[in-house]
This record gives sequence, C-alpha cells and structure tokens, in this order.
Amino acid sequence: MALKIVKGSIDRMFDKNLQDLVRGIRNHKEDEAKYISTCIDEIKQELKQDNIAVKANAVCKLTYLQMLGYDVSWAAFNIVEVMSSSKFTYKRIGYLAASQCFHEGTDVIMLTTNQIRKDLSSPNQYDTGVALTGLSCFVTPDLARDLANDIMTLMSHTKPFIRKKAVLIMYKVFLKYPESLRPAFPRLKEKLEDPDPGVQSAAVNVICELARRNPKNYLSLAPLFFKLMTSSTNNWVLIKIIKLFGALTPLEPRLGKKLIEPLTNLIHSTSAMSLLYECVNTVIAVLISLSSGMPNHSASIQLCVQKLRILIEDSDQNLKYLGLLAMSKILKTHPKSVQSHKDLILQCLDDKDESIRLRALDLLYGMVSKKNLMEIVKKLMVHVDKAEGTTYRDELLTKIIDICSQSNYQYITNFEWYISILVELTRLEGTRHGHLIASQMLDVAIRVKAIRGFAVLQMATLLDNAHMLTGNTQRNGICEVLYAAAWICGEFSDHLEDPLQTLEAMLRPKVATLPGHIQAVYIQNAAKLFATVLRAQEGVPDSQKAQETSQLLIDRLPLFVQSANLEVQERASCVLQLVKYIQKLQQKEVAVAEEVSALFAGELNPVAPKAQKKVPIPEGLDLDAWINEPPSESESEDEKPRAVFSQEEPRHTRPRHTEVDEKELARRREARKQEQANNPFYIKASPSSQKVYPEVPGVEHIPVVQIDLSVPLKVPGMPMSDQYLKMEEERRQKEKEEKKKKEKKKKKEKRGRGRKHESGPESEEDITPAHTVDIVTEEMPENALPSDDDDKDPNDPHKALDIDLDNLVVGASRRPLADSEKLPVRTHRPTDILKSPVEGAELESVSQEPKKKSKKDKKEKKKDKERKKSKEEKKKKKHKQEGDDELEEASEEPVQAGENPVAAALPATAPAEGFNLDFWLSNVPVPSNKQEATVPVLPPALDAAQVSEPEEHKDMEPEETKFSKHKKKKQKKEKEDKKKKKRHHRHHSDEGGDESVQNGTVEEEEPLPPMSNYCLLAENSYIKMVYDIQGNLQDGSQVVVSVIFENKSTSFLKSMEFNVLDSLNSKLQRPDGAGPHDGLSVPFQLPPGVSNEARFVFSVQSIVMPQKLKGTLTFIVKSEESSTHEKLDFKLHFTCTSYLITTPCYSDAYAKLLESGDLKSSSVRLEGVSMSFHHLLARICFHHHFSVVERIDSCASLYSRSIQGHHVCLLVKTADQTVSIDAKCDEPSLLGNVLDEIKQTFSMC
Amino acid sequence: MIKAILIFNNHGKPRLIRFYQYFAEDMQQQIIRETFHLVSKRDDNVCNFLEGGSLIGGSDYKLIYRHYATLYFVFCVDSSESELGILDLIQVFVETLDKCFENVCELDLIFHMDKVHYILQEVVMGGMVLETNMNEIVAQVELQNRMEKSEFVFISRM
Repeated sequence: MALKIVKGSIDRMFDKNLQDLVRGIRNHKEDEAKYISTCIDEIKQELKQDNIAVKANAVCKLTYLQMLGYDVSWAAFNIVEVMSSSKFTYKRIGYLAASQCFHEGTDVIMLTTNQIRKDLSSPNQYDTGVALTGLSCFVTPDLARDLANDIMTLMSHTKPFIRKKAVLIMYKVFLKYPESLRPAFPRLKEKLEDPDPGVQSAAVNVICELARRNPKNYLSLAPLFFKLMTSSTNNWVLIKIIKLFGALTPLEPRLGKKLIEPLTNLIHSTSAMSLLYECVNTVIAVLISLSSGMPNHSASIQLCVQKLRILIEDSDQNLKYLGLLAMSKILKTHPKSVQSHKDLILQCLDDKDESIRLRALDLLYGMVSKKNLMEIVKKLMVHVDKAEGTTYRDELLTKIIDICSQSNYQYITNFEWYISILVELTRLEGTRHGHLIASQMLDVAIRVKAIRGFAVLQMATLLDNAHMLTGNTQRNGICEVLYAAAWICGEFSDHLEDPLQTLEAMLRPKVATLPGHIQAVYIQNAAKLFATVLRAQEGVPDSQKAQETSQLLIDRLPLFVQSANLEVQERASCVLQLVKYIQKLQQKEVAVAEEVSALFAGELNPVAPKAQKKVPIPEGLDLDAWINEPPSESESEDEKPRAVFSQEEPRHTRPRHTEVDEKELARRREARKQEQANNPFYIKASPSSQKVYPEVPGVEHIPVVQIDLSVPLKVPGMPMSDQYLKMEEERRQKEKEEKKKKEKKKKKEKRGRGRKHESGPESEEDITPAHTVDIVTEEMPENALPSDDDDKDPNDPHKALDIDLDNLVVGASRRPLADSEKLPVRTHRPTDILKSPVEGAELESVSQEPKKKSKKDKKEKKKDKERKKSKEEKKKKKHKQEGDDELEEASEEPVQAGENPVAAALPATAPAEGFNLDFWLSNVPVPSNKQEATVPVLPPALDAAQVSEPEEHKDMEPEETKFSKHKKKKQKKEKEDKKKKKRHHRHHSDEGGDESVQNGTVEEEEPLPPMSNYCLLAENSYIKMVYDIQGNLQDGSQVVVSVIFENKSTSFLKSMEFNVLDSLNSKLQRPDGAGPHDGLSVPFQLPPGVSNEARFVFSVQSIVMPQKLKGTLTFIVKSEESSTHEKLDFKLHFTCTSYLITTPCYSDAYAKLLESGDLKSSSVRLEGVSMSFHHLLARICFHHHFSVVERIDSCASLYSRSIQGHHVCLLVKTADQTVSIDAKCDEPSLLGNVLDEIKQTFSMC
Repeated sequence: MIKAILIFNNHGKPRLIRFYQYFAEDMQQQIIRETFHLVSKRDDNVCNFLEGGSLIGGSDYKLIYRHYATLYFVFCVDSSESELGILDLIQVFVETLDKCFENVCELDLIFHMDKVHYILQEVVMGGMVLETNMNEIVAQVELQNRMEKSEFVFISRM
C-alpha cells in the first residue's frame, strides 16, 4: 500500500501539470491541435490510474482544454471521482471541472447526489463552500429536489461564508424546482435581516431576481425593503433594492409616492454614480407609474432630467451613455421635459462613440413633433452625409424612416417633403435598407391619395435616372427603390406627365441587369403604362403614334422573354403576346385603348399585414378536414402554385389567354417545358392555375373598411404649416431646383396628355395643394379577431416561480404549506421545521381544490389579516403620536413591539415584520384609517347615509385638524344612534366573512351595507370602550379582545389600567411575574377626543358555553387644574360566536364532513325576516364568522370552525320571510348556543 | 443575473471563461469570438457598454467590459444588473487578482487559470454577485489556499 502511494507520487513527478501543458501549447503554436491531441491521450492514461492526485491533475488540465473549446464530457465520470476525493485540493479541482462542463444532459450527475450531500454537511466549511459553488453551476431539477432541504438547512449555518452561498444558490434551486419556493421563502426572508452584510446582500439579490420576474408576489415585502433601503449603507444592496422598487412601482402606484422622497434624498446625497443612476431610474419608473396627472411631481422630473443632463455632459462616456438611456425612459411619459434638452442630444449625435450616437438617435425618435420634425430630419440628413461607417449610416437611415413614419405618419405635415426625403435617401451608396425606403414609398403613395401625383413625378425621375441606383444590385440594396418606383408609376400612371418617356425608361436594356423581382415589376407596370399611353394616343388623330408605342414594346420585350428569371420571363411573354395582338388590332384601326386599360382598372387598397390571419373562421368550417379524399402527392403539388397565383394577382383581370396566338402560345409552352424540365410538376400547374382565374372572386367581394383618421393630415398650403415650415419648404425648393426645372420643362411640353383621367376616385384628387387628405387605413376583415400577439414565452423558467408567497409573508398561518409542498427530506422521521399547522379536512381541501379557488380564498384571508395588522399598527402609531416620520416608525417597529407589554402578551399572529401593506402604503392617513375603527358602534340597521359615512372616510386622507373634527361629528352621531337604539348587543367583527360572501358565490348581488362587530363595552362621561372578540388561529385556547378606548372628555386620560376578574374558564393573560389579580396597563395615553385600540389576550378552556367576565378600567383624568382617579366597570361577553373562526371550506370536503356522521344536528327557524337572502347570508357570515361553501338559489351551506377545531355546518334556506337553519356540529351545546346567537342577531332587525 | 464572464487577450485568446448558462463548447467558442469581435474594434475612450451581441439571452443582454493592458474582462449580463455596478465589480475582481498574484499580468492568468477561477468563485456564484468586499474575498481565498498547502504538506509527508 505504502509502496503504491510512493509509486504514485513518483509517477506524478513525471506527469505534466497544468503549467507544463500551457507551456507546451505555447511552444507548439504551429501544430497546436496535434500537440493537444497527444496531451489528451496522456490525460486519458493518467485518468486510468488509481492515484487520485494524478487524476486530479489530469482533470485540472482538462478544465483548461475545455476553455480552449475541447469537449471533455467523456471524462465526466473521472471528474465525479475527483469530486469525491476527501482532500479539499482535489475536491476543488473536481468541482471546478464539473462546474465548467456539467449540464442537465450530463448523465453522471445523478451519481453525485450523495457525494454533494455529504460535502454540504461536511464539518469543513470550505468543502461545503466548494460544493455549493459547483452545484450553483450544474444544478438539475433532480439535484434541486433532492438537495433543497440540505441547502435550506445551510441557510442557517453558523458561518456567514456558507450562509451567503446557501442563500444565493436557492435561486438556482427555485428555478429548477419551483415547488421549493414556498417552503423556503420564510427563511429566505429572514435572511434579509441577517447580521452579516454579505448574507443580507445575497438574500436581497435572490429576492430581487425572483421579484423581477413575478413582481406582484413580492409586493408585500415592500415595507421590509423600504426599511433596508433607508438603513443600508451597502451600495450593492441599495442598487438592487432600488432596482427592485423600479419593478414593483408599476404594480402599486402608492408605493411610488412613498419612494419619491427617500429616493430624492439619495439622489441629492450620494456620491456613488451607480447609485445615483439607479435612483434616477427608479424615480423615472415611479413617475411613469403615477401617470402624468401628478403636477406636484414635476419637481422630481426636473431633478431627474437635471441629473441626467449632468451625466450626459460628463466626460465619462459611460455616464453619458447611461444618461441618454435613462432619458429615453423619461421621454416616454414626459417628452416635454426631455425636449428642452434637444440641443444636448443633437450634440451627442456627433459623439465619436457609436453607442452614444445610437442612444441619442433613440431619443430623437420620441422628441419629434409636427413642429420640429423637419428640422430634426434635416440634421439627421447632414449626419447621413457625414457618417463614415455604413452601419451607422444605415442606422441613421432607419431612424429617419422610423421617426417620420411613427404612429401612422403622425408628425408629417407635408408629404411632398417626406417623399423628397425618401428620394434623397436613395442617393446613399451601399445601404442595405433599399427595401425599407421602397416600402415607405409604396406605403405613402398608396395610402396618401393626395400625394400620388407628386410621388409619381418623383418616381418617374428616379426611373429616368435609374443608372444612378443600379450600381449596387445586391439584395436589399438601394435598387430596391426601383421596385417601388416602377410600381407607383405603373399603378398611378394617370398622374404621369409623360408616360411614354417613363415607359421608355422602364424598357431600357440596362434594366435587364436588375434583380429578377424588380424586372418582373417593371414589365407588369410597363403594361399598365402602355395602357395609359394608348388611351392618351388614341384621342389624337395621328394613329401612327400609338402603333409606334406598340412597336417599342415589341422591340424591347424579347430581351426579357429571354430572362433567366422565371417570373420575368413569364410576364414578359404574356405582355409581349398581348402587345402583338393589340398591334394587329391597331393595324385594323380598331380602338383598343378602352379595353386595354380595362385590364388594369380598379383601385388597390392596402391590406393590414395581419388581416389574413384575422379573418374569423366561419362557424362549422373545419379547415383541417379534407373536403375530398386526400389527393396523391403529385396532386397536392398542384395546389400550391394555384394558391400563390390567385393571391398575388386577383385584381388584375389577366389578358385572356385564349385570344393569344395559338402558335405563339404553343411555342412559349415548349420553351417553358424546356426551362423547367427538372420540375415536371410545374408544367402541370400552370394550366390549372389559368383555369382558376375566372372563378376567383374579385377583390370587390372583400369587405372594405375604410377608417378615416381622426386627425386629418394636411398637405402643404394649409394654415397648419407655419412660417417655419414655409422656410423649410423654400430651402428644399432651392435644393431641388434643378430637378424641378427639368420637370417643368416636361410639364410644358406634355401637359394635357398625361392628365387625362378616365373615371373613378382618382380624378377627384387631382391635387389641389390645400386639400385635406386622409391616410387610407389598412384593411382588416370584418369582425377581425382581437390582437393576439403578446403571448409570453411558454418556456420561460420563471413562469413556474409565479407563486403566491403573500400568505407566507404575512403570517405563518395563512395558507399553510400542505404536505405535498414540503421539501423532500431524506430522513424517515418528519422534520418539524416545515410542519404544517393545519390538519384534517382543511388541509385536504386546500390541496385538492383548484388553484383559482384557493387564491380567492387567500385573498380573503389576507385582507382579514391585514385588517388585524392595521389595527396593531394604528395602536402603535397612536402611541408614538402623529407627525413622527413614517420611516422612523417602520424601523423602530420591532423594538416597540418588544417594549410594549400588551403587544408582548399578544399571540404570534402579528409578527413585527408583517406590516400591513395597504396601511404602510397609505401616506398620511393614519388617523383616517383609525377612524374607521373608532366609530365601530354601528348597528347593522342604521340608515344608509349614516352607515356609509365611515366607509367614505376610509378613502379620504384628512389632515390632522380635519380628523379631529370628524371625530366630534362622529361622536355626536353615535350618541344619537344610541338614543335611538339601545338594543344593540354584540356585533362581531370579522370582515373576512363579509369578504368571503362577496368574493364567493353571490358577488353579483347588490352591495352590502357596511357592518361592524364592535359593540359597546362600557361608557361614562370620560371614556367609551367598544370591543370585539376574535379567536386566535394559532392557539386553540386563546381569544383576543380588541378594545377601542375613546376619550370623550376634554381632559387628558392616562395611566389606564385594564383588569378583569378571571373565572375558572377564562383568564386574562398577564405578563410573567404579574399576580393573578393585577391589571394590565393600557400602553397609551389618550389626549382629548382621541381614541386608540389595545388588545388583550384571554385564555379559555371550554368554548361550548358563552360567558361573561366582570372587569374594571381605572384611569387618571388630568385636566389643567386637577387630576382625578376614575374607574369604569364593564362586562365582557364572550359569546360562542367569538370562538368561531371564519374558515373556508370546499364543497367536497364539506360533503365528506357531513357524510362522516360524527356531527349532531339541530335546527332553528326564524320568522319574519324580510331582508334579502344575500344580506342574510352576509350577516351570518360577518357576525358569526361563517363562510359560504356553496349557494344555490335561496339555499346555502355555510361553514365555520371553532378555535378548538369543532366543525360547524349550517344549511340556510329561506322561503317567504321564513328562514330555516339546519345545523350540524360535533359539539351540540356549542351549536345550540351559536344558533341562539344567530337568532338573536336577526331578532334585532 | 450575470450570464457569462469572459476574459480574453487583445488577440481574442481566451484566458478564462465562465458560463452561468449551458452552452456546448463550440457555441462557447463562437460566443467568445463574437464578443471579441464586438469589443476589440472599440476605442478605449468609448463607453464600456455594448448591446447587440446576439448569442446569449436574446434582447435582454448587455456586454459590460473593461480593457486592461492586454486583457479584456467582459461580463455578459441582463437588465437586472446595474451597469455601473458591474463595472465596479470588474474593478474589484481585477484588484483582487492583483492582490492575490501580486501585480497580476496576463501570464498569471495563463498559467493559473484554476486559481483565477477560485478567486472568481468568491466574487460571483451561479451568475449572482456573492461578495463585493475585496478584503473579504482575499481573506477567503487565502484561507482556502492555506488549507490546500497544509494538505500538500500532509500528502508529501506520506
């Protein structure tokens, strides 16, 4: 054994190590590949040895070779061997190699699970660290599932070094195994407040990554992050958090409002540019989310723009770049603020850095208006001339077109100008965007009818000077423009001044050098032009001219008939035959012009690109079904060309082929047969396609929907074009003088000839410049389906992480982790960390129910919870006195909770960090929220006006003074109420019940009157107490009594002490060390007119019977002159209802429960109940903490659970003012009492 | 998220590659080539951000790089990373290398690619920033090196 090791060591001395390998490669520059292949052979030998050191060395070398691009996956197993070495040195090498070349497809990964688990739990923190690092790179769904629990344990490791790695890797685990997110989230959240800054930063990192993809689920963490933001000094953490807020604000505008101030402060105070920049970015996001209707934020915008200007003016190119980037975001919502910095941005166009120029271009896009478009484009044109690189020039070109064509040519006031710009752009050499210009030309000419005349003239010039453009015949080169030019001249040939000249230009031999598709268009449009020319010439007595034109075509076309391009050839021969026929007729002195132009009659309407897709499929039409028997393969080939043809050419009535000279036709067919000998199917296709033509319905049958723009676009001459514009035009006029002169000459010569219109809409728009034109909108089929483009990528791994975490965040008991959600643990005994607090039927129902339902349910619960929280919050707020900075409040929250004896006595329902988001977000309205709670004694039957009032207040944000006024009003009202109705007893508050009805089955019905469960406890001239009792979800033996103390006097109330005489069954929970008869001091003082809420926890043993507890409140009344000791006795009434907790139940679980036979039944009838069933249910739910399971017409099943787990099921039916309630419960006396209480509730109204 | 970290020299020779997303080796080399092509033609006085690489991550993808003497340090990141933050991070990383290698130069990276990886592992993990404090990084790296040394003594004694 020893010998073997020694031998291994000696072997090792002769092995190449990594350095030797590198050196060797460097020394074999000429035959590197060969050298490496010998090295790989050596490595293979080394890997065969038993010595782990040799193996590790080999693996290390492989890692290097992997970097050079060599596939080393063949050594995967050896890598695993090295990973499992007990030596850190080798282990590290192994894990490094694995992290470089393992991936999900590597099959040996499944062998590593146990090794990794061992390493993770290694006593050596560096073994663990190395394993975590490696795992982070190659974690697979299987590994994630198997190791999630181990990693979660590591999140609480004693060493921060491990903790931070464990926290970070959780993100990867979540991605691969989304089920782990819910169970792991609470702990992850804990780590946000880890004492070690590295761990904290890691947790922030992970949550930010998660939240970026599914921000809404993390909204509830906002308060926590807010706290971190205001307390952290780590710029990395700050940047991450601020970025996260940027993602959250769009979902919650109130958050934005809250953020503005601290962010502004940071902007002012920070010296770190990175932080400053992110702050500005987030402020921008906030401003966007707040929409523009916020005038008071203009200061923030100004600040941002200012800061960005500083960045842009900075000499550091990076800052300049980012400044521009952020500017473009502001631009979207506040274009005006950016537009004032136009000078700066235009300046950036001259920057030597291309990235910066491109950013500046982006900005220009949003900065144009009708006013400055021409000016900006002019500048860009100057840049186009100056630009040296083709990429940048192309970019400029596309930007110019983008800018001009954006939002349906919104900013173009003068289309003549635009056409000339496009024509100028054609002078660009070597651009790849010829097709872009071409499509713009086509689009404008087709859609802006009034511009056609001008466009046609320009295009004719282009065609005339085509030799300028034909230098570059590559695909998408500038010659593409000729495609558009030819088409426009042909289609709108009526506008041509000298169609004959254009026709001549289109048939020049040089044309044959153009790309095929352009030649094809040339020929087709030459035919159109021919028709126009004929029409003009036939009116003239000299018929010779018309024949000359025909001769011209007959002379020129054969060149194209010989074209190698199929399309060109076909069209050319068609046209040629047609012209020959026409010539024959002409020789017989037959007037043909009319008929020839009929070939091309009709107008083209633009069709929206998606129109075809959006044609709704008629009912009963199955496009996938065969209409006939499936044809053989050769037949199906036939179909294709037919479809192509009928789509392309439906509007032109083709020359009738039968009229064509039979001989010629045969010759042509022969020629084609030879051409396409290789493609026998093609020959079959063409006759069949010819047959199809007559059957194809014309475009006339396609419904044409012409949508006029609401903002008409103006052509020059309108008052819209102001002076500046005129100047601009003049400038252009000069520029184009030469061109124009030429044209004018032509005009003089040939006016009258080209201007002869035959019919139709075109004649009307003989351009009078002061014409208002509409852009023809693209056609869409009738009842087009709504847009369906933005589908999310179904493969996005983050989709799976869209998991609602709120319930976990707010409190452990919301939607507890179901058994199925627990992380798999290797051990056989169950772990208790993840124990689910709910058992039995509920758990079953949660996991069984469809997700949708449970979400709803969660929402209810959340609201319920939040309400509770907000009360807590309010109490604390009050204690602190208003006016305190909210920030401080937030950060001191936990401390306070600790100090506060009552809060300490509270059950764990309200963990300090569980802020109520709504509350937290509401800006000032601490008092307003409180009001709702302070005006609780609202018997359900109050008249509507009064009742609705507190609800309204909730929405308002009264200032402090306003608040106290309200207060007094309220008090009066309450007093009046009390005089009117002294009967009100207990109305328990659990608005969750209310919600459940609204969210549940009956949401369609009329809104419910507001209800409150707070009822009077005791009252004297100084103080009034109202209370509500709620069961504690977590502890079956506890109830929480919330008491609102309201100071009715003009004096200060202090030293309040709350005491209750305990009974055998119920006891007030007092802090440790207090005697059984000691009172609890109320943790606040009450200034005049103010109210506040305190909570007291009682432990109860039996809950089947209602009971009353006597108690006393003692307090000191302190007025200016004196202070007196006062006391107030009260009776706390614990109803059975107060032991019930609104618990949702699903119908299947409910049915099971009823079938189980464990429940005793009882029933009650209520007579003369006149309220609607909807109200009735709401009332039961609200006051007695039930939730509706199912409702069918006037019959509903309800469910509730006591804090000790008794199920209470109700079946409520109503008929003619009679309500019968059949109830079942496993505890008959509890049920009896609850029914009595329900009866009582309804007897009162 | 950081999608990849590439270090190559002025001639495009890779000195360290670290992908946090799987690509086959030939694709990796192609990405290196493309990135080098994009980065190398830029002057030193232009900005350090680049958009337009097409190979990783589609549109949400940016190159942030620094050029030191003969080496390019390129981080490919998505939009969740702060541009200036990553620039700082590159600086931290390079300074850490400088401390660990004592006046780092290209040769150190060439011959000690593994060590550079170990240092990088303490800075970025699984595509997320692990530590930005240089002293902490150096301390951890040194502790691990010391451990390796102690093992070596142990091994050679055997």
